[in-house]
Formats: sequence, structure tokens, C-alpha cells
Amino acid sequence: MSAARLSLRRRLREHGLDAVTLLVIPGVLFVLALFIYPFLYGLVLSFHPKEGDALANYRRFFSDPFLYDTIYITLQIAVPVTLLNVVLSVPVALRVRLMKHQRLLTTILVIPITLGTVMVAEGLLTYLGPRGWLNRSLLEIGLSEPVRLTHNYWGVMLSLVISGFPFTFLLTLSYVTGIDPALEQAGAMLGARARERFRRILLPLLAPGLAITLALAFVQAFTVFPSAILLGAPAGPTRVISIVAYQAAFEQYDYPLASAIAMLMAGVQVVIIAALLGARTLVFRGPASTGKG
Amino acid sequence: MAIASRDFRELRLEGISRDFGQVRALRDVTLTIERGEFVALLGPSGCGKSTALNCIAGLLQVTHGAIWLDGQRLDETGPEERGFGMVFQNYALFPHMTVRRNIGFGLATQRRPRAEIARRVDEALALVQLEEHAHKLPGQLSGGQQQRVAIARAIVVEPPLVLMDEPLSNLDAKLRLEMRAEVRRIHTMLGCSTIYVTHDQEEALSLADRILVLIDGQMRQIGTPEELYTRPANPDVAEFMGYRNLVDSRAEPADGGVAVSVCGARLIGTPMQAVGTQVVVAIRPDDMRVTGDGPIAATVEIAEYHGRDFYAVARDADGTNLYFRSEQRVRPGETVRLAAAPARVLVYAA
Repeated sequence: MSAARLSLRRRLREHGLDAVTLLVIPGVLFVLALFIYPFLYGLVLSFHPKEGDALANYRRFFSDPFLYDTIYITLQIAVPVTLLNVVLSVPVALRVRLMKHQRLLTTILVIPITLGTVMVAEGLLTYLGPRGWLNRSLLEIGLSEPVRLTHNYWGVMLSLVISGFPFTFLLTLSYVTGIDPALEQAGAMLGARARERFRRILLPLLAPGLAITLALAFVQAFTVFPSAILLGAPAGPTRVISIVAYQAAFEQYDYPLASAIAMLMAGVQVVIIAALLGARTLVFRGPASTGKG
Repeated sequence: MAIASRDFRELRLEGISRDFGQVRALRDVTLTIERGEFVALLGPSGCGKSTALNCIAGLLQVTHGAIWLDGQRLDETGPEERGFGMVFQNYALFPHMTVRRNIGFGLATQRRPRAEIARRVDEALALVQLEEHAHKLPGQLSGGQQQRVAIARAIVVEPPLVLMDEPLSNLDAKLRLEMRAEVRRIHTMLGCSTIYVTHDQEEALSLADRILVLIDGQMRQIGTPEELYTRPANPDVAEFMGYRNLVDSRAEPADGGVAVSVCGARLIGTPMQAVGTQVVVAIRPDDMRVTGDGPIAATVEIAEYHGRDFYAVARDADGTNLYFRSEQRVRPGETVRLAAAPARVLVYAA
């Protein structure tokens, strides 16, 4: 009897299941209750529109330019912001890697994350507004009209760069520091100058990590909501898809339509992420250094 | 692109030093390396030998001094322009490139025609006997094979100088011996000037034409392997070259050298420099003989069986440890009598 129990336990352990595995249960329950269930609920709800057949919500979305244009509007903000954040992160991370006071700089760069979107938006409104420091300084040095950087596309864009950059930077930094510095030295010894070392050594080794960074940064930017309202023009140029979902849910009380919009949002993200991760499989994915044999 | 050509006469280091903050890691190293020479930088870990190598490579700036390749001053140019080959301790192979592309990297950087790159990479692959692994990634190779790729990658561009930073230290003992022979073979075949950093005196002795011993960032001796092995210039070098028995002693003039007292016994030794009465005596364990009439009496503490002989530690009446080798079996607790030939008892000023 006890021999049989022991052997069962041993067999489970062979498959990586032991008492520690039980600790996963709270996490699994959490994910089920707060992610899987609401997601499935929303998915089902989206096929039960207030009126019409199962696909009525989706048909309505794609027949109304006021609705389907939001996909394009959101992409127009999210894609440049994502690219900009990642493109800015790489050189900064490459430089920071060599710095002595790395931790201090990293802390400063991470502060925007801790502030939260609303705080950043408030700050930008004051700083970049028509009577803010920036415009007053520009008027002082002879600009005739204030530069409009709030309540339009640029306001949202800037706030997403500020809140998104630290995130992409930290991710990129961790990928950059994973590359053995001796590889660059080896490239230099073989006559490759900085640009060539970047193109032929660093970039190929960074590419898989950058694909992940792009995917995560894109998701963050695509789901923009508070700054699109606070800093943007939520009725026009920055009428992003999450605003439409919000309006459907809490202004028109049409939960099925809001769910359908949320599902479409998820669909766009899945397509983009799948494309990025698919591209990732085309490049080298091994470790960024060769160890001893 | 490389300013250095293979047909140089000599590389001169003129008093190069390197500081890290307040710490001087390398102090006033002066050395001339002739074309085709194999020079080993030997020293304990942290002695500055890798710093010296990185300064020569251009990966580190020198704080003082100059580096000349014939009439050309190198110390202000970057590593890209010096055109030296380098084999890194961890090999630093590009993990995303095949063996072929790793080896061809330097030639591709020089924008050589594709056919020439292919031919020269083939030659290099043949030289290191890796033809059948040409299309593998470094991660698929064993340590010894990675090492060969690293060597091939460094020499395929025919650099005037090849720098090797402890290239064998990551290999197991058997492979290390094999690769040592390999390094020797490639050097003999190509005749490329080489600077080889190591902390392993045996490696330095077996490979180098000349050895530079660095201790605490300072040059302590430079000479042929024989000179270093038999006539170390000072007690520090002697200790590093395996003179385990270093005994403080008093000396007085005697026939055929100086007379010193070691463990209460009188030995005749050879002064290595002008010595007064206070001296340090250095004797290699291999030069201690166990004989029935040896002047030193000591009790064996530890005896290790080394196959061909025994390596033993004995203690004399005053508690001084003596290290010796013996072909006969010695046992702990046994009293032995030890002697050493005057030529192998080296006497330094204290």
C-alpha cells in the first residue's frame, strides 16, 4: 500500500509534479477568475446583440466609419509610438550599459512609470499648454504663435512616449546587457567599426528581444485610454478604439456592442503580435554568448 | 583598412602603464617583440597581464607610454585600425553565425572579394581541421572546437600579431595539452608573431620563445624559458616558477659560492645577485634529494603519490616546511635526510 503510494509520488515527480506545483493553484484560479472568465463572458456576450442576429454587432462596427475608423486612428498613434520608443531605447540602452552610475540613471528613467498616466497628462497639459513654460519660452525667443501640443494627436503621442519609453528601455537594457561585451570587442579586433558591429553583431542578437519589446510596447500603446481623453481630441483625431468601447458600454449602455469592440481590439493586437513573433522565428534565437564547451 | 602589415620588424612597448582610478594595474612595461616571436606574458591572476594584452590590442587605452609598430605609433588608434588578431578567453565567437561566417568575418570587414574569402576560409578550416563543422553554429561545437574556430578567425586575416588571452584555461586537462600542441603547430606553420597571456608556467615554458613575468603590474623578469626556469631573477619570480622552498637565512662566503644555513644545516648555494649576510634561499622540490648522508634532517608530514614519484612535505626541528620529491616511497612520520646540489640552491639578497 505504502509502496504503491511512494511510487505514484515518484512517478509524478518524474513529470515535474511535486508539492511545489500546488503553489501554482492560486495563480491559476486568479487568472481563471479575472481573465479567462471575463474574456469568455465578453466573447459570448458580443454574439448576443441588443437586436439582430449573432453577428449584428460586428456587422454594425464594420459598416459605420465612425466606428471602424477607430482601428486606423489607434494604429496611427500606436505604431509610430511603439517604433519611436524602441528605436530610442536601443542607443540609450547601449550607452547606459557602459555607464558606472547605471542604477541612478535607470531610476530617473523609471520615474514616469511610477507616476501614472493621469499625473503625466496633468503635467504635460501645464507644461506644453498655450500658457505653459514651453510656449512662453518659445514666444520669448520670437515665435509668433504658440505651438499646439495638447488636445491633439501630438499630446497623446508625447504622453505615450513618456510613459512607454521607460518600459521599452528597461526591457531593451536587459536584452542588451545579455550580450557578451567580448563579442563587440572581437568584432573590433577584426576591423569592424561601430556601425558595422551594430549591424552585424548586436542587431541580430538583439532582434528576438526587440520583437518581444515591440509586441509589449504595442499592446500598451494600442490600449491607450486616459491620455487620449485628457491630452487628445477624443471627439476627433484621437478617438481611439478604447474610447468607442467605453462610450458603447457606459454612455449607450450597449454591453454587447462594447464587448464586440473589445474583441476586435484584442483581434488587432493578436494579429500584430503574431506577425512580430512570427518574424522572430526567422532570426537566430539562441543565447547571446557562447559559453565554455 | 588595417594600418599594420605583416612585414613589420618589431613591436615596441615603451614604458606603458595603465591606471584604473587610483589603482595602477600595469606599471612601466617596456618590451620589444621581433617578428615571428612567441612571447608569453606570465603571472598570477590579477597581475596585469590581461590589462597589458588589452592595451596592446587597443581595447584599453594606455595611461602612459607608447606602442610602436616599426615607425608607426599605435597607442592612439582604435582596435579596428591596429589589425591584430585576438583569441579571447571565452572565445567570443559570434553565436548567430556559422563557423564559416565567424572565420570569414574579418575578411568580409575588409571587403575582400567573395571568392577570396571562400578560399581563405577553406584554408583556415583545413588548418584547424574543422572542415566538416563549417556549417554548424558555435553552440553546437565542443570547447576545443570552439577554441579552434577562435584561432582560425584570428589568423585568417594574416595579422602582424596574434594576441591570445588565456586561450586554454577553459578546457579540461587532456584537451589543454592537445590544444597547446595545436597552438605550437599553427605558430610554427604560419610564423605569426604571438603574445600569449597565461598564468600557467608550464604552458608558457612549453610554448614561448621568451617569457615576460609580471607580478603586481610590474615586469619582474624577461628571458627564455630556460633562463626563467633555472635562474629566476628574484625570489618572487622564483616562487612563481615553482621554487616552493623559500627560506630566510644568513650567508657567508665559501668555496664555490656562499654558505647558507637551511633548517640548521649548512648548504653551499649559488648567489644570483650581490648578497649580504641576510639572504633568501630558493630550492625547487625537484632539486631536493633524499640521501642517507644529506645534511638536512626533517620529518615527513604529508606524502602524495604522484605516479612516477612522491611529492612530500617534511618539517624540521624548528617547524620550517620543506617540499621535496622522492622516487622512493616516503611515509608520514619517517625521518628523511635531504641534500641539494650547490648549483640548484639559489641565493638572493633579502
